Amino acid sequence: MKAHQWKWMAALVACVLAWASFVLAGEPAGKKDAAAAPVVHVTDADSMRFQGEQRFRANCGRCHAAPHKFPPRIMATVVRHMRVRATITDEDMRLVLFYMTQ
Amino acid sequence: MFPAGRCSRTIQQEVIWGPLALHLGRNTGAVSWLRTVLHAARVLCLLFAVTGWSAAQTTNGDRPIPILTGNAGAFSFVTGGQNLIDTQINPVLLLPLGDRWLVESRVAFEGMFQRPLGGGPYQGPVTKHIDYAQVDYIASPYVTITAGRFLTPFGIFNERLYPCWIRALQPDPLILPINTAPSDGAMLRGGFALNSAANLNYAAYISATSIGISSVDSERHVGGRMGLFLSGPRLEVGGSWQRTLQDDRRNAFGFHMGWQPAKAPLNLRAEFAHSFEGSGYWIESAYRLSQAHFWQKAMRRTELVARAQQFFVGEVGADNEDALGLPGANTREADFGINYFLLDGLKAVASYGRQFSPAGNFNQWTYGVAYRFLIPLGPTGAQ
Repeated sequence: MKAHQWKWMAALVACVLAWASFVLAGEPAGKKDAAAAPVVHVTDADSMRFQGEQRFRANCGRCHAAPHKFPPRIMATVVRHMRVRATITDEDMRLVLFYMTQ
Repeated sequence: MFPAGRCSRTIQQEVIWGPLALHLGRNTGAVSWLRTVLHAARVLCLLFAVTGWSAAQTTNGDRPIPILTGNAGAFSFVTGGQNLIDTQINPVLLLPLGDRWLVESRVAFEGMFQRPLGGGPYQGPVTKHIDYAQVDYIASPYVTITAGRFLTPFGIFNERLYPCWIRALQPDPLILPINTAPSDGAMLRGGFALNSAANLNYAAYISATSIGISSVDSERHVGGRMGLFLSGPRLEVGGSWQRTLQDDRRNAFGFHMGWQPAKAPLNLRAEFAHSFEGSGYWIESAYRLSQAHFWQKAMRRTELVARAQQFFVGEVGADNEDALGLPGANTREADFGINYFLLDGLKAVASYGRQFSPAGNFNQWTYGVAYRFLIPLGPTGAQ
């Protein structure tokens, strides 16, 4: 495959994925806080805390030791950063944030 | 001459003493310095203005605020009897904007000092470079779009384990330089649940050639990484691929795994990489002594680490391998280490390793401290 074909292929894939992401998101951007929105599947606070601890150990513990808990607004930034860096899922991120800010 | 496998990335970066000497040698040196200071002041003003604007936008209790975090360390690497003192500070700026944006950047400053072979005081280069400076847009629960300069997601060590605060052993794996130079371009990445027991994560990227600015250069390539995480056994397996779109247009690929058994405080990781420049693997285990029944206060802060690795030279020749930061001959290495977590954010490290190679066998001792810092740049909200 020639270089210009690679470029077009990459651009096409990027456009399709970007479009698909907006369609699959199901909600317009800016309407909800992606880092702090409530969890849909788990509603009970104790259950969320338990789930959050499990997700924390499974996801965060893969790379580094558990830090002390930080204030909520700091944790919100850290978790957003780790969502991108560690490619953790949206639901895992929300549960971990809930657990780390309780 | 610095020991192979250590700081290989930074050795290839811009050495500031050269430009410094040039500056001092010119008649217009003072003017150049004044310009540099003015540029720095402009960047700082912009940074604080944007930071303040971002903090002002986030008034709710749980909204993210800008933070300055990162790590610093001071280490001594005694390789074949020669001591190298390594000091480094790696600040990370995280600037969340609105609900879906994140601007993030990490800069590395590193000084490596050795005594000359004939004796004398410690001296050596101080390097600086931008590891990443990227804008992330969380487009959906499944896709994050990244643009700018980013860490190349080839394997797991470069992107997840590189900071001295996070890594279990301070010497770099031998294969780290393979296809992990930063990329300048765009990336799509994300993770989602396949079912209740498995998550899939992915990254796909394209990088453009960037030359002429020595601390942010990159090559033209495309690539991707995919990983499958099984939450039951806490096992992740995955693979990476990259194709260079310049010069010889070579393919490279790699595999990685990580396993954390639920019943033991053990962390097992491994990587394999293969490219035109060489191939190899490392496997590492880190065991926290929190289950010991004696000296519990000290034991739970203690981590024992072991790593075995091997490198096989590629087709580029010994001189080029050395320039890339790779060993010039087939190499095996075993390392054993101990980490002690003094405080939250501060750990003392020590390790011993021995390298076996046709070029010569030698011991490598390492000891030092690593520190993680975090400074909020806005109101933190209630604890």
